[in-house]
Amino acid sequence: MNAFDLSIWIPILPFAGFLLIGLIGKKYFPSISGWLATLFMGVAAALSIYVAIDYFFLSAPSDGHYIAQEIINIPWLQFTDSLSINMGVMLDPISVMMLVVVTFVSLMVHLYSTGYMHGEKRYATFFAYLQLFTFSMLGLVLSSNLFQIYIFWELVGVSSFLLIGFYFDKPSAVAASKKAFIVTRFADLFFLIGILIVGVTGDSFDFNTIIINLTSPEGAGKLSATFLGVSIITWALTLIFIGGAGKSAMFPLHIWLPDAMEGPTPVSALIHAATMVVAGVYLVARLFPVFILTGSGAIEIVAYIGIFSALFAAVIACTQTDIKRVLAYSTMSQIGYMMFALGVSNMHHTDGFTASMFHLFTHAFFKSLLFLGAGVVIHAVHSNDMRDMGALRKYLPVTHLTFLIGCLAIAGVPPFAGFFSKESILHAAYATHPDIFYLALITSGLTAFYMFRLYFSIFWGQKEIHLHHFHGEAGWSMKLPLIMLGTLSVITGFVPFAEYITADGIPHLAETDIMFSIAPVLMGLTGIGIAMIMYKSANALPDRVASAGKSVYRWAYHKFYIDELYIFITKKVIFNLIGRPAAWIDRTIVDGTMNLIALMTTEISDSVKGMQSGKVQGYAMYFFAGVIGLGLLCLYIWL
Amino acid sequence: MPFSFLSIMQFEWSALILLFIVLFLRIGKKVISNTSLLYIVNGLLLINFISGFFAHEDGTLFGTMFVSDSLIRFEKSLLNLGVLIISLQSFHWLSKHHHASEFYMILLSSLTGMFFMLSSNNLFMLYLSLELSAIPLAALANFDLQKRVSGEAAIKYIISSAFSSGILLMGISLIYGALGTLSFDAISLNMTGEPLLLFGFICLFAGFAFKLSAVPFHLWTADVYEGAPVAVTSYLSVISKGAMVFVFITALFRVFANVAESWYQMLFVISIATMIIGNLFAIRQQNLKRFLAFSSIAQVGFILIGISGHSDAAVASAVYFIMVYIFSNLAAFGIISLVSDVTGKENIDDYKGFYSTNPLLAWVLTIALFSLAGIPPTAGFFGKFFLLMSGAAADNNTLIIIAALNMIVSLYYYLRVVKAMFMDSNAQPIEKLKPGWMPVTAYIVCTAGILLSGIIGGAFEYIISIVSTH
Repeated sequence: MNAFDLSIWIPILPFAGFLLIGLIGKKYFPSISGWLATLFMGVAAALSIYVAIDYFFLSAPSDGHYIAQEIINIPWLQFTDSLSINMGVMLDPISVMMLVVVTFVSLMVHLYSTGYMHGEKRYATFFAYLQLFTFSMLGLVLSSNLFQIYIFWELVGVSSFLLIGFYFDKPSAVAASKKAFIVTRFADLFFLIGILIVGVTGDSFDFNTIIINLTSPEGAGKLSATFLGVSIITWALTLIFIGGAGKSAMFPLHIWLPDAMEGPTPVSALIHAATMVVAGVYLVARLFPVFILTGSGAIEIVAYIGIFSALFAAVIACTQTDIKRVLAYSTMSQIGYMMFALGVSNMHHTDGFTASMFHLFTHAFFKSLLFLGAGVVIHAVHSNDMRDMGALRKYLPVTHLTFLIGCLAIAGVPPFAGFFSKESILHAAYATHPDIFYLALITSGLTAFYMFRLYFSIFWGQKEIHLHHFHGEAGWSMKLPLIMLGTLSVITGFVPFAEYITADGIPHLAETDIMFSIAPVLMGLTGIGIAMIMYKSANALPDRVASAGKSVYRWAYHKFYIDELYIFITKKVIFNLIGRPAAWIDRTIVDGTMNLIALMTTEISDSVKGMQSGKVQGYAMYFFAGVIGLGLLCLYIWL
Repeated sequence: MPFSFLSIMQFEWSALILLFIVLFLRIGKKVISNTSLLYIVNGLLLINFISGFFAHEDGTLFGTMFVSDSLIRFEKSLLNLGVLIISLQSFHWLSKHHHASEFYMILLSSLTGMFFMLSSNNLFMLYLSLELSAIPLAALANFDLQKRVSGEAAIKYIISSAFSSGILLMGISLIYGALGTLSFDAISLNMTGEPLLLFGFICLFAGFAFKLSAVPFHLWTADVYEGAPVAVTSYLSVISKGAMVFVFITALFRVFANVAESWYQMLFVISIATMIIGNLFAIRQQNLKRFLAFSSIAQVGFILIGISGHSDAAVASAVYFIMVYIFSNLAAFGIISLVSDVTGKENIDDYKGFYSTNPLLAWVLTIALFSLAGIPPTAGFFGKFFLLMSGAAADNNTLIIIAALNMIVSLYYYLRVVKAMFMDSNAQPIEKLKPGWMPVTAYIVCTAGILLSGIIGGAFEYIISIVSTH
């Protein structure tokens, strides 16, 4: 059997697992359901890798031009003669790449969860949900048309709702899952309108057909129609982007992401690192040829929302003390990177596309590594707060090492994976949008700072923590994923990405500009340095001062003085003047605006209740007023 | 064919025969117990529904007053199905009621009226059948004679209905006065935008809008829905509304296509008002029946958007939506009627902790509410999607954007009920209920309809194929 034909089995496997565990396993074999689910995922991951090898290496066409292949495309609903809704499986470079990412990270999370969730009352249910989620995500990735992607998009939403609210006896978890569901649903409705408009304008839902229809000369005519002074297609793409922004937690629709950390930690690793949150990026990438078509419209919005979210989240991350919330904001920030990388592209510069996909690829590994590592830490300390942690490196050696690799990768230190992908993003931004480039540079410094603040607070820190009831680090089921993901976080940077994934399918030569990378690396190292001074050894400082000689003391005093200066600038200025207000705005204004909208709706609904008096004569009056109103309306049209 | 008047009017005959059988059963009440009467009637309704599939003859009767084609037959079958589901669900309520047979007699007269209404090809015929379908409903609304609210509901219904009929008749007479004809075909040829005709059309439009409970002609809805017994409320809000949507489409697309420009604007204003007002009222309702009444007003707003598309796809979307709406709304009403009948509880707060005592019923209600809210992959999502798709084809983006905003609001209040059932705890939740096999059958049919009619693409394709031959 051809490898491509096997690709249909990749989503079917987790779905079968979901049915098997959800319907039968829960009752009859709950204890092995975790391993069963892991087995299903393992086969799916192996198949994905097989498909990827076949796609990129074995059956690559001789000219090296990767084309989109529709493996299956069944018409499902014929809406009008020309417009039909299909169900299909499409393989192209980005969907194959996503297949590997999703199945592999999901496999790691499954394996990890067999240890992490051990002894949970609803152990089997958890795995059933994980399988459902993975199925939905794979369906989304393989979709060949907008309608299908929307269906799976919603399924992803529903299954993530189940996973975030897994501890449903905890009110905060219930509230968080509800919030995530409603915020993303809110965004999805804009997505739906966008789909409708694209469907009608492009006369198809099929990605390839839409792109062909809209990029053809006849398509240009359709694009010129405007609504409120903006072209229809810009509207449509903006609306679709809003849908993507909701799932990908872009400002101001990110408010659900920090709260969603209420879910079990492996869930955060799966949903909030590698899969669901990048769905928005994937969506924009899917419609990339249409996005860059409109010139300065929707794509600019993508770029600026992306960079703003990246910077905003990075600033907030500096102030958080809940380790999962730091990771949540850092995810938002990194996805901001992927978004603006797409956004800085235009017809002539499409490097951003490759860079964005590259970052998506590497980020998936190191961010799920960080989340899983955080899970081990939380397991050991029984707290999410970094102030309860410190000096854990002695207790958790494997976690310590892999977490460090993850931090180095996200901070963009060579030769770890994040360095390469971030560098290519910055390169792409520099070519078209210097303003975004500089902001991104600052963000990368901040990223290094808050990640190492996290790292030092957990593993070094000031105070000695004595772990009670500590039974060793974790079982192999939890350590193995950390090690594998850690290894990948080191090596994936060396994948010559541009040779496989480009906007037009034609391989480019992957290149690294050493001179260019000096600035970002320096920014990263500075951030790490500041974090080290502030959080690694603040306690040791007085001791050294006391034991040193007088001249050394003076020098030390000066160093101390510099420390103070650092602390003054970072703690007082950055934290209080920028970080705190930003966090406050996030909590109060952004969240508040959403609440205000809800409140206003309720208020208005209160104020119209007078209409419903219960008196029939009043009803008749409204009825008659309605007739007259319609008459006036017609008169108005008629004149 | 000499007996074509039998086969063309098969649905009407079938309903009438049923009515007479019930009448004889009523006369022989001494020998037949109430329960066995209900079994017989439900069986007959099932036969009635199935026999609908064997009707096949197109044609016109009585001059051209009466028409039948495959789309009309499909619509009638949908109504038959709805009535069957309601009847199954009200088994528990009726088995204790002394006048169960009368319930069916009145119901069947109204249904016959609707059949004639769907087939009418003449304004006079339309008016007569409209009244035939509406007046029995006032009696039904007051069917729980000892309840004061039911009496109030009936009075309010009959008075508002009379008022709207007055306006409707005025419209009909203005059109007759201007054109000298009541036949649909003749009107559609000669209809113009001159003021007299247009005003006649507006009156007619308002009369329809009243029955559809579109804003601002909707005010009777909530009081009547709340006061009437649940079975009657579900008949009013689902079957009666569905039939009116079918007739409304015929009137706009076939009879008044010449003034499409005018009615498009009217639909535009009315659909926006209907969605917004319906939603705003639904948000603050505590009584579930009233809540569903207002949410069904908002649903009508969506149907009107689809209709404004003015194409075959628009007709098909509206018909499809009504089908989905029958499944979803009747499933919701079915649960509410069971709960209200056994425990007398109708408030949303009473449903707190419903999942802990009645998990299966809670799931049925949840699926129904998800479908009403338009969450995929339920059929309600597809229904709304098709409606918006037809509306978008008319290039009216304002309408679509307002519709989407309203979907968000409606999502909020539908989920409020789901939240109460699943997440809120309650010291005294509704006790474990034991519905009989008949209501359970109805729930299964509805749930299957909600889950399958969307995913199986054939349903919509069949509708669009019969619409194109209409």
